[in-house]
Amino acid sequence: MSTTLKVNGKTHAVDLPDDVPLLWVLRDEIGLTGTKFGCGVASCGACTVHIDGEAVRSCQVPLSDVWGDVTTIEGVGTPDALAAIQQAWIKNQVAQCGYCQSGQIMQAASLLAENPTPTDAEIDDAMQGNLCRCGTYPRIRAAIHDAATLMQEA
Amino acid sequence: MSRVGKIARRSFLIGSAALVGGVAFGAWYVGRPAPNPLKPGQGEAAFNPFVMISKDQITLIAPRAEMGQGVSTTWASLIAEELDVDLDQVTVLHGPAAKAYYNSALMGEVLPDKGYDRSNFQHKLGDVLGHVGKVFDMQLTGGSSSMKDGYTRMREAGASARETLKEAAARQLGVKRNQLKTERAQVIAPNGTKLSYRDLAVAAADIEPIEAALKPRSEWRLLGKDQPRVDMVGKVTGTSEFGIDVRLPGMKFASVRMNPRLGGGMKHLDASDAQSMPGVEKIVDLGDGVAVVANNTWLAVQALDAIEVEWGDAPYPPESVAMFDAIRAAFEAEPNSTLRDDGDADAVPAGATLLEAEYEVPYLSHATMEPMNATALYTGDRLQIWAGNQAPTFFQSKCAEAVGLETEAVEVNVTYLGGGYGRRLEFDYGVIASKVAKAMQGTPVQVTWSREEDMAHGMFRPGAVARFKGAVQDGKAVTLDSRIAAQSVTQSMMMRLIGSPGAGPDKVHVEGAFNQPYAIPNYRTRGYLAQMDLPVGSWRSVGNSFNGFFTESFIDEMAIAAGRDPLEFRLELTEPEWAPAANVLKQVREMSGWTGKTPEGVGRGVAMSYSFGTPVAEVIEVVDEDGSIRIARAWIAADMGLVLDRRNTEAQMFGGMAFGLSAACFGEITFADGMVEQMNFPDYDSVRMHTMPKTEVALLETQEHMGGAGEPGTPPAAAALANAIFDLTGQRPRRLPLMHDFDLLI
Ligand code: FES
Ligand code: FES
Repeated sequence: MSTTLKVNGKTHAVDLPDDVPLLWVLRDEIGLTGTKFGCGVASCGACTVHIDGEAVRSCQVPLSDVWGDVTTIEGVGTPDALAAIQQAWIKNQVAQCGYCQSGQIMQAASLLAENPTPTDAEIDDAMQGNLCRCGTYPRIRAAIHDAATLMQEA
Repeated sequence: MSRVGKIARRSFLIGSAALVGGVAFGAWYVGRPAPNPLKPGQGEAAFNPFVMISKDQITLIAPRAEMGQGVSTTWASLIAEELDVDLDQVTVLHGPAAKAYYNSALMGEVLPDKGYDRSNFQHKLGDVLGHVGKVFDMQLTGGSSSMKDGYTRMREAGASARETLKEAAARQLGVKRNQLKTERAQVIAPNGTKLSYRDLAVAAADIEPIEAALKPRSEWRLLGKDQPRVDMVGKVTGTSEFGIDVRLPGMKFASVRMNPRLGGGMKHLDASDAQSMPGVEKIVDLGDGVAVVANNTWLAVQALDAIEVEWGDAPYPPESVAMFDAIRAAFEAEPNSTLRDDGDADAVPAGATLLEAEYEVPYLSHATMEPMNATALYTGDRLQIWAGNQAPTFFQSKCAEAVGLETEAVEVNVTYLGGGYGRRLEFDYGVIASKVAKAMQGTPVQVTWSREEDMAHGMFRPGAVARFKGAVQDGKAVTLDSRIAAQSVTQSMMMRLIGSPGAGPDKVHVEGAFNQPYAIPNYRTRGYLAQMDLPVGSWRSVGNSFNGFFTESFIDEMAIAAGRDPLEFRLELTEPEWAPAANVLKQVREMSGWTGKTPEGVGRGVAMSYSFGTPVAEVIEVVDEDGSIRIARAWIAADMGLVLDRRNTEAQMFGGMAFGLSAACFGEITFADGMVEQMNFPDYDSVRMHTMPKTEVALLETQEHMGGAGEPGTPPAAAALANAIFDLTGQRPRRLPLMHDFDLLI
């Protein structure tokens, strides 16, 4: 039984049981390893991707329930063609170990899509499900504000 | 220069070794050369184990684990500074596991002195003792030692390679070497002719290495300035390869379950249901655990859930209460160490106010964001392994042992680390992957632990109990007498590494207590080691992680008992002892606008800890928010003598503090029926975006020696917070985590 999935604009036929979470389809089957595994129980945000533009925890979405087009960090921008939000992350030198950052960026991107100029309180609300054990929060906050400015200018 | 100094210097610089297609030289010898780990191909020259130049590219080797501290960037900058190349012209690689990359600074920390009062002579002795690092094959990233270790050696490596390239150019052009200049990977002749390093590499390989004086600080182009991190673009595009991201042709995905009673055996295994589950390829009986190999990690975990195992008993007291009884029982035995005993700590000065307090902190998990994992391919006579690891030479020999191969038959590839914090100094996850790979000969296997497995099978920060006595008189501290009881991290790690606990006083156990730069006339610290068969390990700042909380809480209690402002009280104790410690206190006083008074509903606390050569002071402000306590603001000042990259070091400071605050508020590993009770992040929370304080960092350069950066931000955090909570509530926190006794904002 094969399931069809559209990820970063490309269609994939996947032959895995229905209940395999999207996270593990992306990582182990399709080979998109930018999306990370942290907890598997929706408590860290490392696995955040977009489905039809909405930020979701891919560890919680079974393959059979994927309801729309999936965008992962690889679909946001590449080293040669960085998205504004990634440029803001670089400008602020956000990452430490970097493991949580794909999820942070995907979460922040969906915040900015809904709310182009979030306040600190709105950032607190939107980002508190994304854990960073290295404690990069101050720079994530600064990068979100910078990304907001960059995206306004664009 | 002293004789000892000369020997130390010479042993770092003498000698060269010819290799096929090139030459390796300098910088890593201790009397006798270690084999150069880079085997240059045709047309390449390995200038030493840190620089490799070929026709196509210049590669700098940073044999340190990149776990977020920016070490690869700063390490490369040290070489690039002297080599006269820019970071955009080079590729920076992690080195392979090799003896040439031993860590001399870390072993230097073994000297049982207080650290901050070392004379130059003692520093030299530390360097010489550091050579033991090579004997033990210690290539490791820990002890906040990378920059101390690399600072001189790497610049020398760069300078030597540069001069040798110039000599090659001089011979080619028929001019004198001192007429030549270098810039952006080119040698420039007096007439303006430019020769690229890449074109000179092979000729330079035939020249005896040339020593050169190091550039004065005033001529630095890269060091001391913020460098964009070489790993940043990869980390924001999802293209950096962490251990868990390794993908090899034909690779299978596995997961593992070990006895939840750590170190207990396996009595019975029934995998009949799991065998036929979707995706399952093989069940591997590991003797003390079981692994499932599948075509997907998640399917492997599902199959593990279907396996019935009868586990053996825990080899340690099965309940937390009994464990802490065992820790307290250590106070009844002779101390393992008395590393400081100034004055007479037993005497009671007439008229002094006496204080006593007992503090307790729990076992902790490292909880790296990337769960433990490793990928391995076993082919009968060879084992290749990919993993994020802080000590690849140990990792290599332990994995070799696990599959019955010679160390040389094992190749370790170090990936990025999704957090280390000391957990990836261990090799347990590599050994498991190696065994699973052996059962799957010829097929690469990635073994990923579930978060639950990771949390339950840590190399925990030991739980610890401290008993303090003190005396204050006329507003001053006269006696500080501390006793610290816990399992020994050093002994536990030594047992795992070499099968023997080692002997003598365990300095790590009392660091952060015995060596604080306080002028207190009667100052004694004794360490007591609890014996328990539960693995404990290095957790960001190790002994300092608990001793910082203990000591700085008690100093605060003394200040209050003496009727003094806690910051001024500390300032008076540090000023006569060591100026840099006083300087960081003055700095946070100024930054935070400390007045010693706070309005209703606001509390402030201060703490100062000296660790890994760096004094760090932190002020934390808490506010009462409708009955909950919010950590609102923080100010950090650190003095590491020389700041090589300010922006990156600042991140280490606030990150280190956040790590300490997370543990102080929410962190605990407890045991029931021999098993860890916490399973996943909901039971082991951290500071998050909305609970992280607004933070300012100041980096001073007033001390003479170079201190570490990766860990010193952690030790004062818990105490500064506890002291702030005391200021707010009047209730003195004496145990962690604080969430049990205070209503913290979550
Ligand atoms: S892995 Fe999905 S939220 Fe943690
Ligand atoms: S950067 Fe390491 S967990 Fe966020």
